[in-house]
Amino acid sequence: MRYLPKSDIERREMLSVLNAESLESLFAQLPAEVRLNRPLNISPGKSEYEIVDYFRARGDECANGYASFLGAGVYQHYRPVLVDTVVSRSEFLTSYTPYQAEISQGTLTTIFEFQTMICQLTGMEVANASMYDGSTAVPEAAMMAMRLTGRDRVLTARTVHPEYREVLVTYARHQGMPVAEVDYVRQTGALDLSELEQKIDSETAAVIIQSPNFFGIVEDVRRAAEIAHRHGALLIFVFAEAVSLGLLEPPRDADIVAGELQSFAISPSYGGPFAGIIATKEKFMRQMPGRIVGETKDTRENRAFCLTLAAREQHIRREKATSNICTNQALIALMATVFMTVYGKQGLRELASQNLAKAHYLAEKLPLRFTGPFFNEFVVTTNSRTPEAINRGLLEHKIICGLALGRFYPELDHAMLLCATEMSRREDMDIVAEALAR
Amino acid sequence: MIKKVRPHVNQNEALLFERSSPGKLGYQLPPLDVPAVDPAAVLGAENTRAEIADFPEISEVEAIRHFTRLSTQNYAIDLGLYPLGSCTMKYNPRVNEQVARTEGLAWAHPYQPESLAQGILEVMAALEQALAEITGMDAVTLQPAAGAHGEFTGILMVRALLESQGDPRKKLLIPDSAHGTNPATASMAGYTVQNIKSNALGMVDVDELARAVDQNVAALMLTNPNTLGVFEVKISRIAEILHSKGAQLYMDGANMNALVGIARPGDFGADVMHLNLHKTFSTPHGGGGPGSGPVAVKSHLIPFLPKPRLTRGSDGTSDRWTWNYDLPQSIGRVRAFYGNIGMHVRALAYIMAHGGDGLRNATLDAVLNANYLRVLLEPYYQLPHQAPILHECVFSDARQAQRGVRTGDIAKRLIDYGFHPYTVSFPLIVPGAMMIEPTETESKAELDLFVDALISIAKEIEETPDLVLTAPHDTRTSRVDEVTAARKPILRWKP
Repeated sequence: MRYLPKSDIERREMLSVLNAESLESLFAQLPAEVRLNRPLNISPGKSEYEIVDYFRARGDECANGYASFLGAGVYQHYRPVLVDTVVSRSEFLTSYTPYQAEISQGTLTTIFEFQTMICQLTGMEVANASMYDGSTAVPEAAMMAMRLTGRDRVLTARTVHPEYREVLVTYARHQGMPVAEVDYVRQTGALDLSELEQKIDSETAAVIIQSPNFFGIVEDVRRAAEIAHRHGALLIFVFAEAVSLGLLEPPRDADIVAGELQSFAISPSYGGPFAGIIATKEKFMRQMPGRIVGETKDTRENRAFCLTLAAREQHIRREKATSNICTNQALIALMATVFMTVYGKQGLRELASQNLAKAHYLAEKLPLRFTGPFFNEFVVTTNSRTPEAINRGLLEHKIICGLALGRFYPELDHAMLLCATEMSRREDMDIVAEALAR
Repeated sequence: MIKKVRPHVNQNEALLFERSSPGKLGYQLPPLDVPAVDPAAVLGAENTRAEIADFPEISEVEAIRHFTRLSTQNYAIDLGLYPLGSCTMKYNPRVNEQVARTEGLAWAHPYQPESLAQGILEVMAALEQALAEITGMDAVTLQPAAGAHGEFTGILMVRALLESQGDPRKKLLIPDSAHGTNPATASMAGYTVQNIKSNALGMVDVDELARAVDQNVAALMLTNPNTLGVFEVKISRIAEILHSKGAQLYMDGANMNALVGIARPGDFGADVMHLNLHKTFSTPHGGGGPGSGPVAVKSHLIPFLPKPRLTRGSDGTSDRWTWNYDLPQSIGRVRAFYGNIGMHVRALAYIMAHGGDGLRNATLDAVLNANYLRVLLEPYYQLPHQAPILHECVFSDARQAQRGVRTGDIAKRLIDYGFHPYTVSFPLIVPGAMMIEPTETESKAELDLFVDALISIAKEIEETPDLVLTAPHDTRTSRVDEVTAARKPILRWKP
C-alpha cells in the first residue's frame, strides 16, 4: 500500500528484533471476546485516479455552474491564489500545534500576525488564535462573560444567526445559564432597544448582538453597549460577515467580540471547516478560551514567539479550564491571515465597497422588508408568492436565489434573505430582480 | 554518531506590519459593473469607519516571500518523524487535499437546495457508514468540529439519556491517565469529576472502579488503549460494572489508530465514543487544526444525536438524502450547519485508499513500529510499565534525571538531531514522561535514525549533560523564554 513505507522483508526484520512470530502476535494480550474476527466490510483499496474520479462525480451532483445569492452566515467571496499556495506548504499543512516553539516559529509568527490583524479589524486589544467557528465562539463568549461578571443570565438579540442561537442554547442548558431573546423592530429589522431595556436586569451577564445582523441590518452597537453597561452587563458583539469590517465602524464599545472569518478566503464547503475568533479587552484576557500566542525572546535575545497563558487551558487546568477546546482551526486562520495580507488596508475597504454597491444595486429594484441600513444582505418581501416558488423558478436559470426565512422566523414566511458580493454578476442580478419584482 | 543534523534556513523575517509601506498593493479587483455607492450615505456616517490603522500594505511578491520564509521555520511530517504520543501524526495524503477542493464540494453552500447537494450528502453518508463499521457502533454524527467538541457532544447525549430516565446524575469518572480535555468536557456538560487511579500495570483498577460506581455516576470516560498505549484488558468487566449501575461507558477514541480492523469499541461495551479524523483518519493537523470529531453511538443513544440528522427520504420521484430536523429528544445543535465537511471528504478519501484490509494493515504496522521503538530504547530509558503496548510507548526520564536532565531537555536535544520531540510530561501518571507514537507511516530507516538519536542523547547525558540542558543548538531559534511570555504578555504587534 502506497501509504505504508515498509517492505515485508523489513517487517520480518523488525519482528525478529521483537522476538515476535507475526504481526498478529503483537495483539495477543487482547481478550478473544473483544477481537473482530472478520474483515471490515469496506471495499478494497482504490487508486488515486479512482478516488479523484469518485469525488469529481460527487461534485458534479452538486451545484456546479450555478450562480448563488445565498448568504446567511456563509458568503461567496473570491479566494486569492496565494491563499491555497501558502496553506499547501507542507510546513504549514502537516505540522502540529506549535508547542515546541524552537521549530514552530513559522506557525507561531503567523498566529501572532493573525491576532494583531483581528485586533486592528475589531478595535479590541487581544484576540485568540481561533475557535471552531462563529457559532461555537458565541457560547464560549457567553461563558466567559459569566465568569467575568459572576452573573448567569444571557440576553441575545433574535437577529443573531438562528443557528448560532441554537448552539448557544445547547451549551447554556448545562451551565445553569438562562438565555432569553430580545425581539427586533418590525419596521427596521434592528434589535428592539426598548425591549432590551425592559428585559435586562442585575442578573444579566451579557447582551449578545450581531451586526450586520441576520437580516443584513447594521445594528446600533453604541446604544446596545450603553444599555448593557448601565446594568453592569457585558456586550458581546457577533459578526458573521467579516468583509463588512472593511467599511463598518469596529465594535469598540463591545467587551467581547465573537466572530466568523469564513468570508476571508475560506471555501463555503457546505458549512465547514471555518474559523471563529474571540477578541476582547486586555483586562479580560485571562478568561479568554483557546490558544494564544505571545512575543518573547530566545536565549540569544532574538525575538521569538510561543504559546502562552496556558494556565487557562485544559491540558494544564483540566476541569477548571476556561474551555475544553484543544484542536482549533489554525490552518483556516492562516487562510484568513493570507487573505488579510493580500487585500491589506486599501483592498479590504475596496472589497467591502464593491459588496455594498452590488447589494444596493440589486436591492434598489426589490420590495425590501426592512428600512434599516444594510451592508451586503437584505430581506425581500415576496408578497403573494412563496419564496420556495420563486426559488424553483430561478433554478431553471441556474440561479440559486435567497434563503426562505419562514423556517427561522414564522412571521417572515413570505420573505427571503438575499446576498450580493463582489462575485455577483450584473446579468444574474437583473434576472433575479425581474423574477422577484414580477 | 549524529547521522541527521540539519541547519535551518537562517532568515530573519520581519513581521507583516514592519514590512508594510503606504500605497503598496497585493490585490486588484475587477472594475465595478454597477454604480458605486457612498458608504456614509447608505450606512450612516456614524457607522462608517476610517481606514484600518496599521493594517498591512504589502505587494504580492513580498507576501509570498514572507509566508514561504516563515514556513521554513516550521518542522512538519513531510520533513520527518513527528512522534507525538496520542497525537497520531501520520502522513497526510496529498490526494485528499486535491479532492477536498473539488468545485461542487468546496463551493457548496449549506443552504443550497438538497436536490443540488446530493453528492456532498452521499460523501457524508458513506463516511458515517464506514465509521460505524470501523467502530462497531450503530449510528454516527459528523457535526462536532474536533475531538474535545465530540466529547462534549457525547457526554451531553449521556446526560440526555439519563435525564430521560429521570436523573442526569452528578459525576463522571475519569482515569488519572486521561487527556485534559476529558475533565474540561465534564465541567462544560455540568458534571463534577472523580479521578480513578491506575494500577501498577497502568490500567484501570477494576476494584476501585467497582467501589466508585454508584447512582451518582453518569459515565466513565475511558481512553482505550489508554495513554500508555496499553489495552484495557478488563474492558468487558469495566463495561459490565458501569452498566449494572445504569452508567454509560464513554470511549475517548483518540487512540483508535491502535484498533482499526482489530477490535471494535461497539463490540466491547462502549456506548458512545468520538473519533479524531485528524488523528486516525489522516486529515492534516495544519499547525493546530482544523480537526473533526465524529461521535458514534449505540442504538439506545440514537434519539439524542445532535440535529439535523442525515436520512434517506423520498421526494416523491426518487430516493435521496435529506436533513431531518424532527428530533424531539435531540440534544440540539453543537455547531452551525453540519460539521467540518472538508475534513469528512479527506477522511473518506483516506478510507477509500486503504480499503478494509488496508486499514487493518495500517494498524498492524503502527503497532509494529511502537513495539520496535520500545524494545530498542528500553536499555537506555526507564520503562515504568511493563504491560504489552499497542500503538505508543511511554518512557520515564528517571535515569537521566539523576544527572539533572529532564524529559523536556531530551526533547529539545532531539530537535538538534532533526526530529520533532515526543510528547513531554504526559500522561501525568508517569513522572518525567516521554510519550512516543510513531504511527504506521514511518519507515524502518527513519525509526532507526530516531533510535540512534535517543541512544546518542542518553550517552551525551552521561558525558556532557550541559550539551543537552542547553539544547537546541542548531536551530534558527534557541530555547524560548516561555516564562517571560506568560508573565508579561505581549499578544499583538504595536507600532
